[in-house]
Amino acid sequence: MPEFQRFFYDVLVIGAGGAGLRAAIEASAGGARVGVVCKSLLGKAHTVMAEGGIAAALANVDDRDNWRVHFTDTMRGGQYLNNWRMAELHAKEAPQCVRELEAWGALFDRTADGKILQRNFGGHRYPRLAHVGDRTGLEMIRTLQDHGIHMGIEVHMECTVLRLLLDGGRVAGACGYDREKGRFLLWQAKAVVLATGGTGRVYKVSSNSWEYTGDGLALAYRAGAELQDMEFVQFHPTGMVWPISVRGILVTEGVRGEGGVLRNREGRRFMFDDIPDLYKEQTADSEEEGWRYTQGDKKARRPPELLTRDHVARCIIREVKAGRGSPHGGVFLDIAWIKDRLPKAEEHIKRKLPSMYHQFKQLADLDITREPMEVGPTTHYMMGGVRVDGDSQMSTVPGLFAAGEVAAGLHGSNRLGGNSLSDLLVFGRRAGRYAAEFAKANGLAAIDETELQATAAAALYPFERGPDGENPYQIQYDLQEAMQNLVGIVRIESEMQQALGEIGNLRQRADRAGIAGNREYNNGWHTAIDVGNMLIVSEAITRAALLRKESRGAQFREDFPAKDAEWGKFNIVVKLGADGAMLVAKRGLTPLTAELQAVIEEMK
Amino acid sequence: MGAPATFRIWRGDPAGGVFQDYTTQVEEGMVVLDAVHRIQAQQAPDLAVRWNCKAGKCGSCSAEVNGIPKLMCMTRLSNLNMNAPVILEPMHAFPVIRDLVTDVSWNFRAKKTIKAFKPRPPDAPDGTWRIQQTDVERVQEFRKCIECFLCQDVCHVLREHRKHDEFIGPRLLVYAAALEMHPLDTEDRVSDLRHIHNIGYCNITTCCRQVCPESITITENAIIPLKERVVDRFFDPMKRLFRIL
Repeated sequence: MPEFQRFFYDVLVIGAGGAGLRAAIEASAGGARVGVVCKSLLGKAHTVMAEGGIAAALANVDDRDNWRVHFTDTMRGGQYLNNWRMAELHAKEAPQCVRELEAWGALFDRTADGKILQRNFGGHRYPRLAHVGDRTGLEMIRTLQDHGIHMGIEVHMECTVLRLLLDGGRVAGACGYDREKGRFLLWQAKAVVLATGGTGRVYKVSSNSWEYTGDGLALAYRAGAELQDMEFVQFHPTGMVWPISVRGILVTEGVRGEGGVLRNREGRRFMFDDIPDLYKEQTADSEEEGWRYTQGDKKARRPPELLTRDHVARCIIREVKAGRGSPHGGVFLDIAWIKDRLPKAEEHIKRKLPSMYHQFKQLADLDITREPMEVGPTTHYMMGGVRVDGDSQMSTVPGLFAAGEVAAGLHGSNRLGGNSLSDLLVFGRRAGRYAAEFAKANGLAAIDETELQATAAAALYPFERGPDGENPYQIQYDLQEAMQNLVGIVRIESEMQQALGEIGNLRQRADRAGIAGNREYNNGWHTAIDVGNMLIVSEAITRAALLRKESRGAQFREDFPAKDAEWGKFNIVVKLGADGAMLVAKRGLTPLTAELQAVIEEMK
Repeated sequence: MGAPATFRIWRGDPAGGVFQDYTTQVEEGMVVLDAVHRIQAQQAPDLAVRWNCKAGKCGSCSAEVNGIPKLMCMTRLSNLNMNAPVILEPMHAFPVIRDLVTDVSWNFRAKKTIKAFKPRPPDAPDGTWRIQQTDVERVQEFRKCIECFLCQDVCHVLREHRKHDEFIGPRLLVYAAALEMHPLDTEDRVSDLRHIHNIGYCNITTCCRQVCPESITITENAIIPLKERVVDRFFDPMKRLFRIL
């Protein structure tokens, strides 16, 4: 019988990206004994990759900005499927969260009068993103990490979490193993915060690191929590397309914010060809006006390159399908052209976009100050996730909280760039605070030892089958291929039905997965475990996408290309059924308060 | 376009190990980590490798490629001699866990010994500060660090002399410099740098600066100015005289 090493906490945080660290800091400051479990080393989570900035209506650059504009932008971007309470809290609390980071040592770029500088970004009406060049995520995670290490938080690095444990419907902790030695661990806790990020790895072309296999979503689902908005997967319009081995790596929206333009092979700025009605009034009608906007002219409207991500991604696909793409199946993103407008453009680009310069120079042998980049859509973000209470971030399972990408609600059907980092801070903080309160009000719950043992035994099956079993890497690869081809940016009923069939087959293969070697740092074993989570999430994405018979935000259905007002009244909720089958259902939106409705009307 | 290439990878654990040759197809644009992944997926599923972002931003996949500390995700095969086997080893300055993965936890423990950031009171009534961009830029260079620990790996004091208990290494000297030169910070770490972190052990061979994937000028911009502060405080004869008087 496998032995478990046991740990006891008031609050257990699973995940150590921005949301997890912020939650841990808050819970710890609230007097809770906090443990953090993460899949990688501390400070390596995907937050580190965030480039553009943190959206917060500080109004340092444009004094017309305030929480009401930010709230309205977020709701419009999400096409009104957002949890409006979260959108409201997010817009109101983000500025304070950014200032808090500064007080903990973060060093943002500055305005001429020494305040935090803010930049333009897609879907944001005014320059709103506090940033550090194009490495804002690194600044944020390092600040939280360095602040957190002096708070007595215990960190368990490089662990796989296998299961959330319940006691009479309430969360009791989690169990898993450490990857270094493969030893089983039990983290008993009064409250658990999921902050595991997204699930980009279920697709073949993705900007996400290997970790993002939807673990938190699958853990919550198995524990009986409701998931929501799973059909809404954000495909970022600009990922690298060449060389093949770096396909999918993100090219920040900041490139377009600094004046970068999209062109097809004919040299045409095709984004001017299709501007949605919802954004017509806010969008520049000439290249000249667009340029002035990127240079801070407050009277100018934003260029169409800065329309929402879902729209830009679809326009790129359209150009490529029409045969007007770049040599390696993308389009051109050109920042080098600004040398016609700016003196010392080369230095300017290197200073504003240092990691982009570096990334293309090293990985593609291309100098972005001289040549255009080739870019195409890449899987980037999961709007859907664990359904939570807007104020407390508690899921439908008592004691189980979720914050950041793993939670649903804030972004509705499409997230605006920059709203992710602020999401992590605002709701990481809230989840930490309410989890600590929950822990104060409730004692430790009991651990079901039988389930604990069964979980360990199941985790070890792949070793029993040995190398003759199915290769977990191959199963993962085949799943990514299926999701990319059948449930991608452009969706259709028949292909998604086919995807469900493939997911079923892959599940059978996953049940036969086998691995060689022993339990010490065995990547094959970790992959075998990850695949189980990826299959659950893939099925949830596909079933939700099938049910929503319309196109809205990130979901585009070729068979239902229009937005349907009726569907605008519902979220889709996914839940584990009593018979083990996945339940998918429509759930009516909570009506907006009159006050917030008035805000939206006023901003129109 | 693919061609076979051979990778000589160290396989083993703390008890010992051997180099093993793997031949796999490589294509244009591939980096070392791509080849390792291909070998892992097709020939050696239990090959241990640590990686994350595969874009040079997280600093997880540090290893030694043909004897030089590098990020595997940023090392293009086209920059290596592919006519001979590419030799891959774990970092030498840290204990091996398995294959290419080392135990770097010492870095996280050592970091805690450096005094935390302590800002001056806010400049404005709303609790915010005013800082000029020029003052931010000097420190931003240090804050580019992705904690890949390649500088620690190549540092003689750690790699050859194993002074992990006495010396914090270039990464953490850069961290200390970022705090010491932070425009808002009021803490004093100069005495610790001399007595606890033994900055004097560094004899500025610049090896660390040469392997930094973020091109941080570790020695000239971080370590030397810190050494100057230490010298200024403890070894300046005029100041010593003043202290006595």
